[in-house]
Amino acid sequence: MDWGLILSNLVHDTIVFSTALIFAALGGLYSERSGVVNIALEGMMIIGAFTGAVMTYAFQDSLGAWAPWVGFIAAGIAGSIFALPHAVASVTFKADQTVSGVALNFLAAGLSIYLTKIIFNGAGQTTTLNSVFNKFSIPGLSEIPYIGHAIFEAYPTSYLAFIAVFLTWYIVFKTPFGLRLRAVGEHPRAADTVGINVKRMRYTAVMISGMLAALGGATISLTTTSNFSHNTVSGQGFIAIAALIFGKWHPMGAMGAALFFGVAQAIKSLVQIFGLTNYIPTEFIFMLPYVLTILVMAGLVGRSSAPAALGKPYDTGSR
Amino acid sequence: MNSVKKVVEMRGITKRFPGIIANDSITLSVGKGEIHALLGENGAGKSTLMNILFGLYQPDEGEILINEKVVQITSPKIANDLGIGMVHQHFMLVETFTVTENIVLGNEPKNGLKIDIQSAEKAVEKLSNQYGLKVDPRAKIQDISVGMQQRVEILKTLYRGADILIFDEPTAVLTPQEIHELIEIMHNLVKEGKTIILITHKLKEIMAVCDAVTIIRRGKVIDSVLVKDTNPDDLAAKMVGREVNFRVDKTEAKPKDTILAVEKLTAMGNRGVNALNNLSLEVRAGEILGIAGVDGNGQSELIEVLTGLRKATSGRVLLNGKEITNQSPRNISESGLSHIPEDRHKRGLVLDFTMSENMVLETYFHPTFCKGGFLDYGAIDKHAAKLIEEFDVRTPSIYTPARALSGGNQQKAIIAREVDKNPDLLIAAQPTRGLDVGAIEFIHRRLIDQRDQGKAVLLLSLELDEVINLSDRIAVIYEGAIVGIVDAKSTSEQELGLMMSGGKVMQGGGNDE
Amino acid sequence: MNRVIAVFTKESFLVPAVAIILGLLTGAIAMLAGGFNPIDAYTALLKKVFGNAYNFGETIRQITPLIFTGLAVAFAFRTGLFNIGAEGQFIVGMIASTVVGVSFDLPAIIHAPLAIIAGAVAGGLWGAIAGYLKAARGVNEVITSIMLNWVALYFANWVMNAFFIPAGKQTSEEVKDSAIITIGWLAEMFDNARLHWGTLIAVLAAIFFYIILWKTKSGFELRSVGLNPHASEYAGMNVNRNVVKAMFIGGMFAGIGGATEILGVFHYQAIMTQHTGYGFDGIAVALIGGNTPFGVILAAILFGVLTFGASGMQFSAGVPFELIRVVIASVIFFVAAHGIVKMFIKPILKKKKEGGN
Repeated sequence: MDWGLILSNLVHDTIVFSTALIFAALGGLYSERSGVVNIALEGMMIIGAFTGAVMTYAFQDSLGAWAPWVGFIAAGIAGSIFALPHAVASVTFKADQTVSGVALNFLAAGLSIYLTKIIFNGAGQTTTLNSVFNKFSIPGLSEIPYIGHAIFEAYPTSYLAFIAVFLTWYIVFKTPFGLRLRAVGEHPRAADTVGINVKRMRYTAVMISGMLAALGGATISLTTTSNFSHNTVSGQGFIAIAALIFGKWHPMGAMGAALFFGVAQAIKSLVQIFGLTNYIPTEFIFMLPYVLTILVMAGLVGRSSAPAALGKPYDTGSR
Repeated sequence: MNSVKKVVEMRGITKRFPGIIANDSITLSVGKGEIHALLGENGAGKSTLMNILFGLYQPDEGEILINEKVVQITSPKIANDLGIGMVHQHFMLVETFTVTENIVLGNEPKNGLKIDIQSAEKAVEKLSNQYGLKVDPRAKIQDISVGMQQRVEILKTLYRGADILIFDEPTAVLTPQEIHELIEIMHNLVKEGKTIILITHKLKEIMAVCDAVTIIRRGKVIDSVLVKDTNPDDLAAKMVGREVNFRVDKTEAKPKDTILAVEKLTAMGNRGVNALNNLSLEVRAGEILGIAGVDGNGQSELIEVLTGLRKATSGRVLLNGKEITNQSPRNISESGLSHIPEDRHKRGLVLDFTMSENMVLETYFHPTFCKGGFLDYGAIDKHAAKLIEEFDVRTPSIYTPARALSGGNQQKAIIAREVDKNPDLLIAAQPTRGLDVGAIEFIHRRLIDQRDQGKAVLLLSLELDEVINLSDRIAVIYEGAIVGIVDAKSTSEQELGLMMSGGKVMQGGGNDE
Repeated sequence: MNRVIAVFTKESFLVPAVAIILGLLTGAIAMLAGGFNPIDAYTALLKKVFGNAYNFGETIRQITPLIFTGLAVAFAFRTGLFNIGAEGQFIVGMIASTVVGVSFDLPAIIHAPLAIIAGAVAGGLWGAIAGYLKAARGVNEVITSIMLNWVALYFANWVMNAFFIPAGKQTSEEVKDSAIITIGWLAEMFDNARLHWGTLIAVLAAIFFYIILWKTKSGFELRSVGLNPHASEYAGMNVNRNVVKAMFIGGMFAGIGGATEILGVFHYQAIMTQHTGYGFDGIAVALIGGNTPFGVILAAILFGVLTFGASGMQFSAGVPFELIRVVIASVIFFVAAHGIVKMFIKPILKKKKEGGN
């Protein structure tokens, strides 16, 4: 057995499966850094996966290889629109942010299949897309033995995910917008007293959150599954939240955690390749990401790094 | 003072909140270069008025003039633009940010897309030096002392070019020495052409620094006078609406056996470092032992360890000679300890429970109230009615949720419940915080009654006056240890202040670690 | 009784009522967008439910598990916990009762109760996992209970595949007759609709819910911890133990729901490709029911009608079944953001006041 090749494959698959988690965890980061709990990442990913698949389907005959890009961008737009009710409920109406998020998750699950059935004549899933993202080999670097395949033969969306991590880090920690975003999440009243519009910041953050999570969802339907169905996302939004917490609300940390959870999914395909399914029941392999998430959450000690005002509605008139 | 230009004029300001009129046609006029006090009890409407001036609330009626021009202050940003800055009582500082980040927040100097943090730090340093504030621009807020944090608040307003500074109860969290330094800073500010409005309920401060004072009671202006034309007794009477005697009448204590003995107690704080370091003290039956200290020197942790809410890492706690160290809150409570918690909303009451349910919060399982696992609501209600009557808790009914009661009545209810347990030791933590004078007098009386009935009382308060007036002996806590115990009758504020700051005057900013 | 009456007081009754109307309107908008006639669709829904005895009986069958999952969510809510895991607790209740129902041969008087108790304990323990992780490790129960829903799904499939499903089949053997809780005579009255004792147990569970929370010492602690854990800790209650206890009792409700679904309706367990949905609908049931037992029953009736009637809507008006999920999600949303709802009812309340003067 060539262990180098196995490892190379594992890293390769890890990056594939982590991409969606990275986007979604970054999405969660914007929202939660502003103080709004976003358990609706799952629903936003579903909307992204659905929109990405449907728009690509609509344009694949006319645009060919460009169609997935249209789908991808459309997913981002749809996600930020879909996030709007969460902002309205959480920011304007001071709703329980968890309940509001749960409502959006159900809404996404119902709405996406409802629309799928209407568009695809009653079928519960979209037809398989002809045109999805293809892996892109970086010339030169992809030639490196093992490492080339592992890292430099990835979907364009994976490269984008890593760029998004860097951009998020820069925005959150280096720019005035980022400073204000964090201030609003830590001490909204302090931000308010220096003239920062807390509500506007939170609306913006939640909508960016929706956009990024939806992009994450779209990477699933436009790379690995090539269609959209009720189990395209199946809990990855919640795993992304776990990654965000595990990564201590830091972009690099969230990326690291997302890669870690990506391994769990990569192992899944590896196990199938090596025919280990005879020894390990498939159900246990399916369970792995969820069990791992629980274990990781249970292993974390303290949560002191959560934004101080997370989950607390801001009331300008409170006395 | 009429010749001086009026920088702030508020005319006929009225602000209503559901159920109350917080400000009732208030008029306030402040001249340039003046230190003007706004005096009133807790809840009189001072903070509401200043929040209106600072743009946090909108008045329902009335108009505001700044530099003799009518203005609409609809947000703090507009207040900033008009040169109004506020040093809040609860600091508006992001704990995880640096001093500089907090100061520039909202007005960040930029270098391309980035915040230009270097030039911001320089600007902060320059301002700090100009006013003698000695603040380290790179320190994180969570690492600097409360006094330093307050200076950051002052710098925040100066950085924004404020000419009118509102100080909201600025001395509440400071040691006597720090108060001294603050007064110095205020004089410096006025020298540099600033105008100051000082919100306070402390007469001494007004006499010490202010030029003029406006007294507010129940949302209305009672009077506006020059400080040189008045005296503390007059101000007190105007503030409360009757003659008040701030001295608490009490007889000589007759201490008996030791009830509480704390021996070399050590415990960790929330930050993972020791909050209590070998702390020892004793409280005897029939005396009030007061603990004086600057907030954050281990007071909260001490109470938490004594009541079983926090684990001690070493040392012992003895109640009536019986060891209660690290026992459960239930066991300790049943051993004869009662506790009036410092945060009545967080710890003292379940706000959405009825008054009746709240009165048995610690005793619901006693055979009187609970039979075979089922609660006897008849007995519970009867008990509540009795206590509420006895302690004069004003509530529409025993079925009213605690949330609906005023702070004073909530506190009376807690005291009723705790005293009714007939404890050997009563711990009272900040028992009068945020209450009006009537309620304060009532509570002080009750604590002394407990003492006279032969109970041991441990009093923790950040109000030094309260500690001095009520206690028989005073223990000073500093950095988690008792640094000295003095007789309340023979000590002075200066002596206590020195001990509270660790025997030396605090100075300089900077990182603790 | 005062509390039961309190359900009908102005706001606690009006807000859910208006939230339901807004939810149905949202559904109507979605239908219009999809090219359907919402009036036809909702009519079809009602016709389906009230059209004949069989369907009416089946609606009662549909309502029953919703009462259980609604209670499961509501009970945890009362203790300050958000139990999204009713779905998983329901599923493990199903497996446990199947295991007992298939494996043992006992007199009916013992067998059926034992199978139900097995479901209750399994559901309770499943819930207690999330409770324990919250209490001991501070892990957010929302995330763990969601993860546990998936784990339960695959775990159930594994148990069935490995031990109870003959090769090549998709369903387990039937449970023994002695474990079945169908009410034969009642089922006959309703044209063989699958009616069972579970419905009665659900009502008893609601009564149990009320008594334990508002009449006992345990309930005093559970409610106190839910409303203010800090004050409860100060008052000497063990907050962590109450968290686990609340999740256990909540899980028990859901577990019994799963058990009665197997013993009363299906009599066997099938391989599941997705969640049953009862646990998720239970969240809406609890929220609309104001987390009170009586409210939960009313809300379960409503959502039972909606979800069962939805199949009629799909059949005769061509509207995909998932539309009803959109309606339910919107209802949850409007209850959460009750500020929006209050905006709608403000004019009504105002008029009432003016009219009264």
